[in-house]
Amino acid sequence: MQVQRPKLTFWERTYIPQILKGMWITIRHLPMKKFTRMYPEEKPKLLGDYRGAPTLVKDPEGRVKCVSCQLCEFVCPPKAIRITPGFRADQAFDSNVEKEPKEFEIDMLRCIYCGYCEEVCPEEAIFLKNDFAITGYKREELRFNKQKLLELGGVQPDSIWKWKYKGAPPPGTPIGPVRDGKPVEKKAAGH
Amino acid sequence: MAETVKLTIDGKEVVAPKGMNLIEAAKLVGIEVPHYCYHPKLTIAGNCRMCLVDTGMPKLDKDKKPELGPDGKPVIMFAPKLAIGCNTTVAEGMVVHTRTPKVQKAREGVMEFLLINHPLDCPICDQAGECRLQEFSVDYGKGESRFVEEKVHKPKQTKLNAKITLDDERCILCSRCIRFMKEVAGQDCLGFVNRGSYSTLTCYPGQEPKTNYDLNIVDICPVGALTQTDFRFEQRVWFLKETKSVCPNCSTGCNTVLWSREGVVYRQTPRDNDAVNQCWMCDYGRLNFKFINDPTRLTSPSVKSAVYGERVNLTWLEATRQITGKLKAAGTIAGIASGRATTEELFLFKKLVGDLVDIVPHTGEADGKLLQADRNPNTAGAKLTGCATGKLPEILEGIKAGKVKTLIVLGEDLDEELAKKLELLVVIDTLPTKATEHANYVLPGTTFAEKRGTFINGKNRLQRFNAAIPPVGIARPEWQTLTALLGASYAAIEDVFADMARTLPALAGLNLSKIGDLGVELKIEQPAVQPVSQAAEAVAK
Amino acid sequence: MMLELLGHLIKIAAVIGVMLGFVAYTVMLERWACAWMQDRIGPNRVGPFGVLQPLADGLKFIFKEDVLPHHVNKVYFCIAPVVTMIPGLIAMAVIPWGSNLPIAGHVIKGVIADLNVGILFIFAISSLGVYGIVLAGWASNSKYPFLGGIRSSAQMISYEVCLGLSVVPVFMQAGSLNLMKVVEYQAAHTWLVLCQPLSFFIFLVSAFAETNRTPFDLPEAEQELVGGYHTEYSSMKFAMFFLGEYAAMFVQSALMVTLFFGGWSLPFAPFNAPATELWVGAVQIGVFLAKVVCFLFLFIWVRWTIPRFRYDQLMALGWKIFIPLTIVNILLVAVVLALVAK
Repeated sequence: MQVQRPKLTFWERTYIPQILKGMWITIRHLPMKKFTRMYPEEKPKLLGDYRGAPTLVKDPEGRVKCVSCQLCEFVCPPKAIRITPGFRADQAFDSNVEKEPKEFEIDMLRCIYCGYCEEVCPEEAIFLKNDFAITGYKREELRFNKQKLLELGGVQPDSIWKWKYKGAPPPGTPIGPVRDGKPVEKKAAGH
Repeated sequence: MAETVKLTIDGKEVVAPKGMNLIEAAKLVGIEVPHYCYHPKLTIAGNCRMCLVDTGMPKLDKDKKPELGPDGKPVIMFAPKLAIGCNTTVAEGMVVHTRTPKVQKAREGVMEFLLINHPLDCPICDQAGECRLQEFSVDYGKGESRFVEEKVHKPKQTKLNAKITLDDERCILCSRCIRFMKEVAGQDCLGFVNRGSYSTLTCYPGQEPKTNYDLNIVDICPVGALTQTDFRFEQRVWFLKETKSVCPNCSTGCNTVLWSREGVVYRQTPRDNDAVNQCWMCDYGRLNFKFINDPTRLTSPSVKSAVYGERVNLTWLEATRQITGKLKAAGTIAGIASGRATTEELFLFKKLVGDLVDIVPHTGEADGKLLQADRNPNTAGAKLTGCATGKLPEILEGIKAGKVKTLIVLGEDLDEELAKKLELLVVIDTLPTKATEHANYVLPGTTFAEKRGTFINGKNRLQRFNAAIPPVGIARPEWQTLTALLGASYAAIEDVFADMARTLPALAGLNLSKIGDLGVELKIEQPAVQPVSQAAEAVAK
Repeated sequence: MMLELLGHLIKIAAVIGVMLGFVAYTVMLERWACAWMQDRIGPNRVGPFGVLQPLADGLKFIFKEDVLPHHVNKVYFCIAPVVTMIPGLIAMAVIPWGSNLPIAGHVIKGVIADLNVGILFIFAISSLGVYGIVLAGWASNSKYPFLGGIRSSAQMISYEVCLGLSVVPVFMQAGSLNLMKVVEYQAAHTWLVLCQPLSFFIFLVSAFAETNRTPFDLPEAEQELVGGYHTEYSSMKFAMFFLGEYAAMFVQSALMVTLFFGGWSLPFAPFNAPATELWVGAVQIGVFLAKVVCFLFLFIWVRWTIPRFRYDQLMALGWKIFIPLTIVNILLVAVVLALVAK
């Protein structure tokens, strides 16, 4: 394709008017308002759905919400998540949840903050919080373990209370019709 | 040839043997009819109602001839109600619809009922990923529940026996496990108690499954009600790589699948092979794979150093150089091979050692089903390659008498006294034993999960298995080690097999890919090592 | 004699000290100016308003690892930054910073070496600068530095010609090659920029090319050549190239002030004649430095405004336009001077 070049006048060809114009523009900006944010002192305002560091949360009763279903490990594009599944303690108040991660590691050097883990989590146990300045002096420091992730995550209000009302009834509960927590009496024959 | 009938399923012509049910007939033309309770190897219960299909027969006129419609085709009279595919046998001229809106709607109804009391435990359920309920929920589920009442609670996390965990809430009452225990395992011990919503699977009072085949009910359970206790919460199945393998624990050679992730084998399950194990395997074989990931595995060639008084690791090159040098200088070489070694390894071992060679028999009790008395998976292979000679007593006597001074051991143990009498003891093994402790040279081998090879089972069936995980440390498959000691130039296991096929008439014309996943029966003139048990047939009955 | 020598040493120390200080703060000014032009704040962390930033930069350069790639020619690789840096400093010897500084009966001249061929000395010395760059490009033994070095030598040699020819009319009018004399002529008459605008313009543009500044920074064009001739350099060696560039800018600015803008003089008494009092001398030095700063700012201003020229445009401008123009200019000035003399 032949590009039509505009015919330039003599002055345009010297570039001088354009250069002067450019210099006028730059000099005008010297006293203008500056847009720099003084970062460490002045934090950016993050929007509600900001995707910062992924964290693990507990429900208001202190259960670790994660049940190590490993869907996040599966969906994680950079394979930053590594879960070692384990059991909940037998006599613990949350033993009806059965499963809990023995170890839950997120390699923050690998994490790309895509939020797939949060999206895929069936238990709403993993949240991308607002922490964005994740730094450390060693690679190991940036392998966040379960404890660290729970510290970062804190407690998340729970509207469903899935595990509070769910799971095995206490041992000794009779199998059969139950109403208001009590077994329903069998009706007499012919009634 | 059995009598056949012609029918039409979803517009496809099917020729099926008489007496076949509709699920199997549909399978012939690649149509899947969803089902939970039906299992091809068990009796038909017909209680899950998932396999509902629309069936119709040609309308017959007065002469019992199909009445033809205006288009010249037989007029089809459809049944007013849907029929269950599992318990409806094929009939001449039958027309079956498996995907009409009517069928779809019926199945959606069935799914909704099945899910009413299902706890939706998927995040903590080991079955997730291979759960029929999950799969059919995708096809026929509503995606939401209309059931606002509280679900029925049943016992969870209970132990059916030491090997199996039962979660009654997840159970959809298909009764596969009950039928299996009664019909195949031979112990009638499971049943349902209570009625309606409260139906619960449980053991008969005072009983629990205690056969050698209990874990098969975990395999056939379509949901997560029955799970294997020692696989519980170990790994999600979608992370596991499936490798077709063969169980190395007895001469039946059940076809198996090894489930591994990143060099760790997590479980072993049976693989369908009607000629060997149908779709079952015994618990003894299923659970006996933990040695693969044993932390004490031998990882590097080593030599008992005279200078340091302890074991010193060697490179393969150095180990091979030293051993071949010493073997050349040695007089008579004796060899003790293992019936657990692959046919290829035994073939090479025979080449390396010569005539003075035998395998060590390992026996146990046969159970009349799958488990054989001969616990070596490859005794027939040893016979075929000439490694099983019955000279073991002679060799041991020779060592005692000091006549045999050089011994190569492949995957077997040796008494301390005998080991001490030898001048040169080379042991190829995977785990430390008395023999490796006293061996001059230890060469690390690989387990069946880490190499390729073939076994010949008690019925002279040649079966192939594949490598699921990489070897530990710098250990390598025994055939490579033996190739190096022989100074041979086999580049791959295929080359060894090719050489073997040239040498042994029974294998003529075969190669590894021709064996296939299901194996081939060999024509061997000599009688099989063990009387062939009627394993599969016994199980089928 | 000893006193005179001591005086010279002090003068040299003062000139080098002040000049390096200016160089350091020109970098500072550049970072600030470019930030302001882009509506940013610029360095503001080190010291009040960030004024200690050059110190931090210097420290950083000193403590950085000095990487010596294995593929370089080690001797020339190490010499090159020095060769680039030194001419800038030496050239300052003949530039008059002030007229006189009368102290306690002694009159100290405002120039280190009052040569009668000052301008020739400057051209001779500053043309050595190209050696450093060519050496760096060649000794790096790496393609981008090599291309940078080649471009640089062609560019600097071309514009050296323009630079030399463009100032001929100035000396024809002032009647001397001694820079002190040129300044005194301007102080007595008028700033030569008014008489020789074409000369000044060509000199200005050529100065940009000589110092490898935008829009003629082809030798170090980041987008094409990574960093040009100093790609392989790090730590203090890199810093010396950096300082060399700014020192050259300082020299060129000082030269323009001296040749066209009356040097240390202001067009009114008592600053339009060599000083006889100490304070006048001191103010004249200040005037000179203020004028230089203006030019330094011009350099920076242009850099953050104008994009880079293409290489062929650069060469065409030098050889096809400026050289003919300067020759015509010389002839015209000669004719005019001859007519005026009559």
